[in-house]
Amino acid sequence: MSAPEPNEIALERPAVAGPASAPVAKPEGRFWTGRNIAIGAGVIVALTAPLVAHNFIIFQLTLVMIYGLAILGLNLLTGFNGQFSLGHSAFYGIGAYTAAILMSQNVDYYWTLPCAGALCFVVGFLFGLPALRLQGIYLALATFALATAMPQILKFEPLEPWTGGVQGIPLLKPDPPPGVPLNPDQWLYYFTLAVLLIMLAGAASLVKSRTGRAIMAIRDHPIAAVAMGIDASLYKTLTFGVSALYTGVAGALGAIVIQFVGPDSFPFLLSVSFLVGLVVGGVGSIPGSLVGGVFVLFVPNLAEQVSTGLSGAIYGVILLIVIFVMPSGAAGLVRLAAARLPFARKIRAARSS
Amino acid sequence: MKQITRRSILAAAPATLALAAIPARAAKNYGPGVTDTEIKIGNTGPYSGPASSYGTIAKSEAAYFRLVNDQGGVNGRKINFISYDDAYSPPKTVEQVRKLVEEDNVLLVMSPLGTPTNSAIWHYMNQKKVPQLFVATGATKWNDQKHYPWTMGWQPNYQSEGHAYAAYILQNKPDGKIALLYQNDDFGKDYLKGVTDGLGDKAKMIVLAAPYETTDPTVDSQIISMKAAGADVFVNTGIPKFAAQAIRKAAEIEWKPLHILASVGNSVGATLKPAGLQNAKDIVSDFYIKDPTDPQWQNDPGYLQWVAFMDKYYPAGDKTDGGNVVGPCFCQTLVQVMKQCGDDLTRENIMKQAANLHHFRVPMLLPSIEINTSPTDFAPIKQIQMARFDGQRWQLFGPVINGQAPA
Repeated sequence: MSAPEPNEIALERPAVAGPASAPVAKPEGRFWTGRNIAIGAGVIVALTAPLVAHNFIIFQLTLVMIYGLAILGLNLLTGFNGQFSLGHSAFYGIGAYTAAILMSQNVDYYWTLPCAGALCFVVGFLFGLPALRLQGIYLALATFALATAMPQILKFEPLEPWTGGVQGIPLLKPDPPPGVPLNPDQWLYYFTLAVLLIMLAGAASLVKSRTGRAIMAIRDHPIAAVAMGIDASLYKTLTFGVSALYTGVAGALGAIVIQFVGPDSFPFLLSVSFLVGLVVGGVGSIPGSLVGGVFVLFVPNLAEQVSTGLSGAIYGVILLIVIFVMPSGAAGLVRLAAARLPFARKIRAARSS
Repeated sequence: MKQITRRSILAAAPATLALAAIPARAAKNYGPGVTDTEIKIGNTGPYSGPASSYGTIAKSEAAYFRLVNDQGGVNGRKINFISYDDAYSPPKTVEQVRKLVEEDNVLLVMSPLGTPTNSAIWHYMNQKKVPQLFVATGATKWNDQKHYPWTMGWQPNYQSEGHAYAAYILQNKPDGKIALLYQNDDFGKDYLKGVTDGLGDKAKMIVLAAPYETTDPTVDSQIISMKAAGADVFVNTGIPKFAAQAIRKAAEIEWKPLHILASVGNSVGATLKPAGLQNAKDIVSDFYIKDPTDPQWQNDPGYLQWVAFMDKYYPAGDKTDGGNVVGPCFCQTLVQVMKQCGDDLTRENIMKQAANLHHFRVPMLLPSIEINTSPTDFAPIKQIQMARFDGQRWQLFGPVINGQAPA
């Protein structure tokens, strides 16, 4: 149960009793904020896109959502809780392999998501325990070690009967349920969208709750937070677990959509991509994670179109420009625009009067 | 003028029927990506990332197809070669190949590079029935026409090379202690299996099989361990960057084993020069392609043709890099397949003709090596020849060895 926000309390208190004919101040326009309109428009576009786009674009959009979800996981840990992680490719890989191993044992694809999430939560939580002793760059190194170890663990011979070793595990694309007039790519898109929306809502409500405030307090003023009675150790490890859960579910979805998992699919570079997406989208911004997903998928393709030979350099240049122009990420840019644009100022003036 | 009588009509009938039949035989049958003037061919390769030294193969292929187009194309059709970067990352390969097949509508995908990357698209290509032709990797699993009828390799597979190395060792150093450097993935383990199987019950000659990852900065520690283990035979199956490091380190620590270098890493330009030519003396390797730095081919027509091609169409390409030789060879094989297809350019016929190559030679293959395929044999090249490096060039020796066709 979340405590009401301060301005909500102010509005709930009725206006001072005046003449009977004067109407009670109605919180008009509260629902149709710019933010909600943007979200609504986004959802409408997201729902209709697969009905008009080619299968390949649908496939790419599904991947954007998956990377966005993975970046959201990282955001919960780094953006909201201040714990740096270069190891999220490991959680993504664990989630992916969980899905692959279960599906090759004929488990239905939708059951693999909660399993991947649960396993990654446990792994994340367990990793979070020793991580309590580490701060900043030392935590970064520890998570880097996890990311580097993952491909080799996946190739480890004794584990081969389960992981398929270097050959990896191919997966079959799931068919839509009988009676649904969608092709497999469209179905996977909607399935991913549904999972994404549920998890976005979960993240948003987590962040707005008391737990969320505790998590952010630990990020902002760890000593003050502990002094106020917040159990920092518990919240930090729980956040690690939840963060790993989110990225693990993304990994499971990724495995289903790409239809293949192999040890070389989850290198350390993937962690770096997630970090890039996190920063570009906006650290500490939930919708920003999706912008990060768009960046991580499409900008390398864009760079390749400009020049195949220099695609890496061009990607670097684009990234530098983005960071320079939007130092707080896309979310920061939106906030800035909302604050500066004239009509936004008018709305705020009207609201405060 | 002859009168048109009934008899003359009857006499002309067989000729007319014959004439009517000919257009039917030459009927145009087009798969996706084919028109009267163009054939779209797809490809993916590592233009960036840890394997980017192999990106030159795709660049040389693009250049070679420009030559083919300048000479009028294949049966009057120009080749539109669409190649994308996959950075040697399997998920990226899936994305790029889906783009090629679903958005660009290519007829086939030619020589995608890498074992993990090809593994990722293997099922997709066979499910969609798109030819995955002449994959640029020697993994043995590509020649499985029974289960994967749309996938075909090209180069001798790694296991048969491993067998050849094992045979060479048993012949020349039957009491040796073998150390093996291999890449910790499909490709490296294929070599390891080939050597181990080839040694049979002498497999315990292997005292140390040391893996490396493509993300490792060096393999120095592996080489030091090999010397420490007392190995006097070294099978070096690293890709150029790591093969070079291994050669250099072995020379540095004064370890002089019988050094067998695998064909993937035996390029003078990509491996031996960075390693130091004097350090590479007496190294033995296997070849199926002419090494462009070998003076014995200086006046060979095939070599001269290749140099002329590089000078005109890919002047920035390194003429000492074997990758730039193998690319045009893939192209020439594909051109032969398309020529054999004639106007029946469907995906089915492409696979049928690819499995129908007999005694086909391309100019840069060693003189006694041929390409042969059949519906039960999807391994185009099975023969190799050994060579020794004398400090300046590779000297071929011995007979052509017939690698076993995979089971």
